Amino acid sequence: MSEQRQTHIIGYGTLVLVWVLLLLLTGTTIAVSRVDLGALHVWAALGIACLKAALVIGIFMHMRYEGRLLRLSLLTALVTLAIFIGLTFFDVLYR
Amino acid sequence: MTDPTPSAAGSDRGFLARKGEGSTILAWITSTDHKRIGLLYLYAILSFFLVGVVLGLLLRLELLAPGRTIVDAQTYNALFTLHGVIMIFLFIIPGIPAAFGNLMLPLLLGARDVAFPRLNLFSWYLYMTGALLALTALFTGGGPPDTGWTFYVPFSARTTTNVSLAVTAVFILGFSSILTGLNFVTTTHRLRARGMGWGRLPLFVWSLYATAWVQILATPILAITLILILAERLLGTGLFDPARGGDPIMFQHLFWIYSHPAVYIMVLPGMGVVSEIIPVFSRKPVFGYWAIALSSIAIAGAGSLVWGHHMFTSGMSDMAILVFSFLTFVVAIPSAIKVFNWVATLYKGSIALDPPMLFALSFVLLFSIGGLSGLILGAAATDIHVHDTHFVVGHFHYVMFGGTGFAFFAALHYWLPKIYGRMYNKRVATIAWGFMFVGINILYFFMQVAGIRGMPRRYYDYLPEFAALNQIATVGSWILAFGLFLMFGNLLRGVLSGEPVGANPWGGATLEWTVPSPPPEENFSVEPVVTHGPYDFREAGVL
Amino acid sequence: MSLAPHRDEAGDRLGMWLFLFTELLLFGGLFLLYGVYLARTPEDFIRAGGELDLVLGTANTVLLITSSLTVAVAVSALQKGARSLTLGMLGITVLCALIFLVNKGFEWRAKIDHDIYPGSKRLLAGEGGESVFYSLYYLTTGLHALHVLLGAALLGWVGFRIRGGRRDGEGAVLENVGLYWHLVDLVWIFIFPLYYLIL
Repeated sequence: MSEQRQTHIIGYGTLVLVWVLLLLLTGTTIAVSRVDLGALHVWAALGIACLKAALVIGIFMHMRYEGRLLRLSLLTALVTLAIFIGLTFFDVLYR
Repeated sequence: MTDPTPSAAGSDRGFLARKGEGSTILAWITSTDHKRIGLLYLYAILSFFLVGVVLGLLLRLELLAPGRTIVDAQTYNALFTLHGVIMIFLFIIPGIPAAFGNLMLPLLLGARDVAFPRLNLFSWYLYMTGALLALTALFTGGGPPDTGWTFYVPFSARTTTNVSLAVTAVFILGFSSILTGLNFVTTTHRLRARGMGWGRLPLFVWSLYATAWVQILATPILAITLILILAERLLGTGLFDPARGGDPIMFQHLFWIYSHPAVYIMVLPGMGVVSEIIPVFSRKPVFGYWAIALSSIAIAGAGSLVWGHHMFTSGMSDMAILVFSFLTFVVAIPSAIKVFNWVATLYKGSIALDPPMLFALSFVLLFSIGGLSGLILGAAATDIHVHDTHFVVGHFHYVMFGGTGFAFFAALHYWLPKIYGRMYNKRVATIAWGFMFVGINILYFFMQVAGIRGMPRRYYDYLPEFAALNQIATVGSWILAFGLFLMFGNLLRGVLSGEPVGANPWGGATLEWTVPSPPPEENFSVEPVVTHGPYDFREAGVL
Repeated sequence: MSLAPHRDEAGDRLGMWLFLFTELLLFGGLFLLYGVYLARTPEDFIRAGGELDLVLGTANTVLLITSSLTVAVAVSALQKGARSLTLGMLGITVLCALIFLVNKGFEWRAKIDHDIYPGSKRLLAGEGGESVFYSLYYLTTGLHALHVLLGAALLGWVGFRIRGGRRDGEGAVLENVGLYWHLVDLVWIFIFPLYYLIL
């Protein structure tokens, strides 16, 4: 109803640019994994993965051009997953 | 659209008998009409409910006296597992959303159908497939499953009974539930009639909407948990086996991450039904529309944070017990908000004690008893005392049967005249309600008393000092069963040969009462435009 | 049905996204277990993860990212009316998917030949954390591979639909199947660092 989206055509250039960025980030995450960062390691890997995921969701999956409804829904799903994982760690970390 | 005068009823059977196609079974099971699918669900769900009731009666009969009464221990284990699986996955979870959600949601929104009608029929087939597989698990393999409906490891990974098939069945049922949720969220967003803003949604729609989100976001966790059980059994993954680095408590986390929110999948739609009925039979706009609407969302949200309260004695960390205990108390707030608003709606209303209202009012009472005994279980200290006793069993039956079950019966009495265009005998309905109300309270109250005194659950035998309490509870189960028998007989008679009713027998102001009973295939002959709220009886011209 | 079919592309897309959320949560359960067991026995996880084939893993990452690009290009191309480009891009995507699966097969084969699979003698004798790591590895990549297979099949189906010239709403169908394919890529984006790069 209020969430009507104009069909937004993404240019080939933008798509290829995103692809190059994704490949660069893949290289980066492999390079970072060779450096000894201790516990930071996992967080660095996850950080880069989130960045890549954001690129895929935002551009390839058109989320940047979607209305409020889809964005809020995505946020709800991600927050729910984060809560499920987060609250479980109240058990795991304190046992 | 606000015409309250009853249209000519009786001769026109609406969607029940479509012209040309007739009403052969084939025409029904290939129909994508939401009303027909809703009825298909209703028939299936009621059949499985009756199976579950018989199993429950057998359980109570076994507990009539200490020692072996009618079955041995293994059979008893199978009986309570099947009673649980059937009642939870085949009756309570799909009960109100799949049957009444499908029947009423498009009518309440002023829509032609749900957003994905073919997907809707597909989810009914999934439901039937899952249900039949679950029943097949009874008679094939190494005997009926004996794990309890929770499928806890390590037992579920090792027992030789037919757990794998039962788990597969539940997986399919979960998929059906997800598709229904997905359909309802999309329908609510995309197919509201003109003028139907969010502030004019009937409260039942709000509750279905909140439920649908929980179905979408929590059910996948059940799916993966069931896949993991299958992997344990068939591939020997050892993910929950301490000897191989696994942790059985993680299974309980995953299981309850779904199954606690599922409790709200079960009860939220019931609350929605009650929110529809109370204003109509009080002849008064609902008190605190937004409070009730938003508390549905709040319950869905907060209900997803409290799964750990099923695990206080599992060996989980003390920190987690503290956090989950606190969050459990938080979830009581939105539930209480609803109860306060229902009571405030009744205040100074012109109350008509028709059968739907009786069931709705007893929902409020029984749900409150169940909810308050839930607080005893939510507090970690008292929970450890009553954990795994009949107190817990009594508690969740108050919530599930006294709550959702009674709301389901309220919905039957409220909407069946709309669906079939015929009225049941109200006097018999009231008598049936009386038996059920008395029976349920005898059954579960004395169960709770036995539990507080130490009667453990899941045993077919017990110490002689619990004999008197168990006998009273078993007698309660017979009274309840008699009431059920009377109610279903009366409803059946009403559906087949009751007095024809007009479009609006109860004087409701929501959209479904503006179409004839039974509704025509296309729902609304003219696309409706909504000009007033769902409980503005004066505006709707029915007051 | 006597009534005109009802087309609502925004509604279809909402439905598709809701479905993707359920997939996200499905894999989320496995990632939850991964996180918990990683926190318990990080050394075992690092040792086990070091044995995975980084070259094949990286190759598969590049394949999936590329296939994501080609699907996105296919969607844009169809919107612009360039049907042959769309079909070409879909072809490349399905090819990428198949090579991915073949790689995956080689990888699993090599591990199984080294006596590494759930319940194998070597894992039963080793540390608990390693056994858990490999069980999760097989489950997660196995479930993912099933999604790759399904996604590829769907893409092929859409391709034939478009080639057959069925014009009614094929853009929306391609878009939704494309969304599904991107989800497959998204899941892999997390599998790759968590399983192959824990060093």
